[in-house]
Amino acid sequence: MRLVLEPRAERSVAAAIASPLIAVGLTLLVMSVLFALLGKNPLNALAVYFLHPLTDSYSLQETAVKATPLVMIAIGLSLCYLANVWNIGAEGQFVIGAIAGSYIAVKTQGTDAGAWVLPAMLLLGAVAGALYALLPAIGKVRFGASEILTSLMLVYVADLLLDYLVRGPWRDPHGYNFPTTAEFDPVAIVPTLIEGSRLHIGALIALLVVAIAWTVLGRTIKGFEIRVVGAAPKAARFAGFNSDHLVLLTFAVSGALAGLAGIIEVAGPVGHLQPGFSPGYGFTAIIVAFLGRLNPIGILIAGLFLALTFIGGEQAQISLKVPLDLTKVFQGILLFFVLACDSLILYRIRVLTSRRATDGTA
Amino acid sequence: MGLLEAIILSVIAASTPLLLAASGELLVERAGVLNLGVEGMMIMGAACGFAAAYLTESTLLGTLAGILAGMLMAAAFAALTLGLAVNQVATGLALTIFGLGLSGLIGAGFVGQKITPAPELFIPVLTDLPFIGRILFGQDAFVYASIVLVAGIWWFLYSTRPGLVLRAIGDNHGSAHALGYPVLWLRTLAVLFGGACAGLAGAYLSLAYTPFFIAGMTAGRGWIALALVVFASWRPGRLAAGAYLFGAVTILQLHAQGAGLGIPPQLMSSLPYLATIIVLVIISRVRGAAGSAAPASLGLAFVPDR
Amino acid sequence: MLDQMQTPAAQPLLQAIGITKLYGTFVANDHIDLDLHPAQIHALLGENGAGKSTFVKIAYGLIQPNAGELRWLGHKTVLAGPAQARALGIGMVFQHFSLFENLTVAENIALGLPPDESFAKVSAGIAEISRRYGLPLEPRRDVWRLSVGERQRIEIVRALMQNPRLLILDEPTSVLTPQEADQLFVVLESLKAEGRAILYISHKLDEVKRLCDTATILRGGKKVATCEPRRETAASLARMMVGSEIGEVKSGAAGQGAAARLVVRDLSLVPDDPHGIRLDRICLDVRGGEILGIAGVAGNGQDELFAALSGERLADSDGNIVIDGHAAGRLSITKRRRLGAAFVPEERLGHATAPRMTLSDNALLTGHAVGMTHDGFIDRAAALNVVDRATKTFDIRKAKRDPEAVSLSGGNLQKFVVGREILREPGVLVVSQPTWGVDAGAAAVIRQALIDLAVRGAAVLVISQDLDELLEIADRIAVVFTGRLSPAIDSKAADREHLGLLMGGSTAQPQELGHAVGA
Repeated sequence: MRLVLEPRAERSVAAAIASPLIAVGLTLLVMSVLFALLGKNPLNALAVYFLHPLTDSYSLQETAVKATPLVMIAIGLSLCYLANVWNIGAEGQFVIGAIAGSYIAVKTQGTDAGAWVLPAMLLLGAVAGALYALLPAIGKVRFGASEILTSLMLVYVADLLLDYLVRGPWRDPHGYNFPTTAEFDPVAIVPTLIEGSRLHIGALIALLVVAIAWTVLGRTIKGFEIRVVGAAPKAARFAGFNSDHLVLLTFAVSGALAGLAGIIEVAGPVGHLQPGFSPGYGFTAIIVAFLGRLNPIGILIAGLFLALTFIGGEQAQISLKVPLDLTKVFQGILLFFVLACDSLILYRIRVLTSRRATDGTA
Repeated sequence: MGLLEAIILSVIAASTPLLLAASGELLVERAGVLNLGVEGMMIMGAACGFAAAYLTESTLLGTLAGILAGMLMAAAFAALTLGLAVNQVATGLALTIFGLGLSGLIGAGFVGQKITPAPELFIPVLTDLPFIGRILFGQDAFVYASIVLVAGIWWFLYSTRPGLVLRAIGDNHGSAHALGYPVLWLRTLAVLFGGACAGLAGAYLSLAYTPFFIAGMTAGRGWIALALVVFASWRPGRLAAGAYLFGAVTILQLHAQGAGLGIPPQLMSSLPYLATIIVLVIISRVRGAAGSAAPASLGLAFVPDR
Repeated sequence: MLDQMQTPAAQPLLQAIGITKLYGTFVANDHIDLDLHPAQIHALLGENGAGKSTFVKIAYGLIQPNAGELRWLGHKTVLAGPAQARALGIGMVFQHFSLFENLTVAENIALGLPPDESFAKVSAGIAEISRRYGLPLEPRRDVWRLSVGERQRIEIVRALMQNPRLLILDEPTSVLTPQEADQLFVVLESLKAEGRAILYISHKLDEVKRLCDTATILRGGKKVATCEPRRETAASLARMMVGSEIGEVKSGAAGQGAAARLVVRDLSLVPDDPHGIRLDRICLDVRGGEILGIAGVAGNGQDELFAALSGERLADSDGNIVIDGHAAGRLSITKRRRLGAAFVPEERLGHATAPRMTLSDNALLTGHAVGMTHDGFIDRAAALNVVDRATKTFDIRKAKRDPEAVSLSGGNLQKFVVGREILREPGVLVVSQPTWGVDAGAAAVIRQALIDLAVRGAAVLVISQDLDELLEIADRIAVVFTGRLSPAIDSKAADREHLGLLMGGSTAQPQELGHAVGA
């Protein structure tokens, strides 16, 4: 008796809609068990995680603040994954973008620089992220080196570079030897949307990115090329699409978005450059991309959902004494279930008795 | 103890977790499966191993717990990628993220606790020999296990029939299936073995290398182990050499930092990672002309035709 | 070691009696009788689709017949699988090898044998067989380094190591050079001298005449004759293989004096894939208003020719391929489409279409080059329009307006794949295997569409394994064999025997057949 996968004739639309919902449901189930094992009331804990953050405006704003980099990076990742190339180094591109943009902030510190500073920072952040992402892309296209490993190694390099800069040349001389740059001048800070809150225009930029991605992927030829190259490489060649160019393009765009998110994060909510300013957004964004099924609107929803769990996790840490790591556990389990349920979209699962078919094979 | 002796001992110690984890992954990839979850399995091995050792006051039980933790993680991976034909890259990443989180959860209660580290071998006369005494005869069990492991895998792959079948599956799972070999079953066994090795590597870190636990203590070693497999062109002999090479780079750059050469310590610390990239590029390029060294079915899902 | 094989020649080793195999309503094998005797090389001849592969898979236990029986040494036998066939003493060398590239020769062979033998014994066995039959193999070499001929030797040695009494070979010389083929024949003669039976599947008439004692000819799933090839002429064999029914001849407005819209001059191409066929100075031209057919058995360079014509592989020089007067040999496929060319490859799913994408997306696949876009944006309405028009014009049956490609039946998808190109009114259309695997109704629609396109002035090149089809729709026919193209001859005056000869590689001149052939 064994389970057998049978490819479906047509992608099941019902499964496509049900899949993320089932995945979330299963995850909540497992989380309840985990809460119980930790000695907490499962229903109460779930409420703290998912419902309470929705109830006050501060939490809602924080959710948007956290969702901004997640969504931006995940959109970029989705382009790569649709083309079947694996950018795992978004975290590194995020950091490099922050570093590059901060360069301008640090160099113009204390001078009376004009309003050009912030746009220049954002631009440089995006460009730097794109160039950093092109390294693994070129490695793949030109040399056949695994982009998964090269992009990942570059994450560590970026983190170390950040560490060096903020402990060394860029360290705030008046900062009591803490490893951080000085607070950025107001002209180098991303403006907030609401007086007194942390919600900043990055959120609007993220929404813009979602809209642009939705248009490009769904409506333009370039988006079509990306999808075909990932889905059917031989047909892509028949269509005249150049897969090497697309690898370079998707990595560059992905890096640019991650880099932009990085400098926005540093020049917005954080306000200065320091090591560890990223709680692993580049990696969480991978989950967001998959949970959103590589679709821009899906990614927007998934990003908000995962941001919610970050906030919920912080609250749970305070009110329930539940460790922050539980959020990571939740995210990992969620991704597991999303992937498992997604299998149902393409395959039907059948239970077979042990009699083997001996004919009928053409 | 002389400086050279001390350096060699620390290189061996630094290389051992790499060798343990990479050996297991080498076997897995030879069977055609790409398991990116090594980092997650390793940290789980570290956390569970430490917790068990602390609670039972037995390093042996701690080690077994670490191995088991790695295997359970690997079982989840196998269920998804082999049972449901889910994308291996995504599943491996999920495993890593999950493992990093869960290990932090499990290990939280044990941070700052102390256990007796794994004992080192002591043979009268032999261990007291000058210089080579401690290097050859004074290591802990993990080090010897890592040597036996890589040698055992080498023997298994090239001198036994099941090893040959495994290599065939990794090369062409369609042909292997056509010849009647149980592809998915053998891959599952390989994946579980890989999980055990990664768990063992993690247990080494928290039970012998630094006998305490902190969250994230693997610091990317799992990823380096993956790169080592590529660097070794999927061959055990080269893997051992590569592991010790990377261990040496790690230790030497620490010493270089201390030597006050004026080079930023972060640059030195990034050497292992930069070296990995360079090595990957060169290896892939050199092989490009002659045909890839990677198992041809690596990473491809196998769904047998009915 | 083969003493027990001295059975009297009267009793056959393997008998097939009334073997029938159905796939749905399609009859692959229709009551086939065949006797295989020891110390004999028995050919199984026929065109693609005649039923040879099916029959041989039944003989090897890979599939079960719906009716009929097999008898081994007079005893009725049911073969549950290849392992049982091997145990009886039947060995098979497949046309497409199942080898492991990164393992050594010895390892590959060992994997095909039961695990009881020690590795040393296997190696010794390989050396022994290698030496005895003149099949030189270095046991420790990696397979990926070997030539195709050497790889085949691995398959043969693997089969021989189990000491088969019957050895089946499926189109063995299709991947060999003439010299390698000669070496193979020497080996087969030795095996025959030892008393083994050999079943030799081929479409190459000269070989069969040279090598085989008996031949059974299949056509359309039926056995049409058993004969002694040495007593027949290549011509008579060809006639039996392709039959003598004549398809209806269409009256085409073959453009006499119209300009050549597609010209190919001295096109040579080295294949990407080690199993591929090298193209050798191909020359052809197709005039506006005519259909040129390229006949030939699969695997003689058709894929490579299509790739070169479409632009998926670039030619050595621009002048090798000229489309409507423009030198296009090094242009991309998109640029060739902009010159008014259109292409339909052999593989519907995965090459002509992305299987899991919708029909409108697939219309965009080839249509984006010449429209369906505004400033980089997709004109979804235009793409859907193509789907609708194709559906209406070619009567495509589908479950909804814009389904995924993979959900259509073979015939309907093929109508779409051909239709989306024809609706663009291309000046040059290159189509490969237009009706392969397609039901008769859809096939008729497609063929008529090709004819109508030509009537409207386009130059149409049809590559097809189906000779009947080409005789029905093509104005002129050329034959491709191992990467070389014969001169094109007028299809109305062509006769099947001559074409069959060319398909089988015979170089017999038309005059020798005593038939008049038009220019």
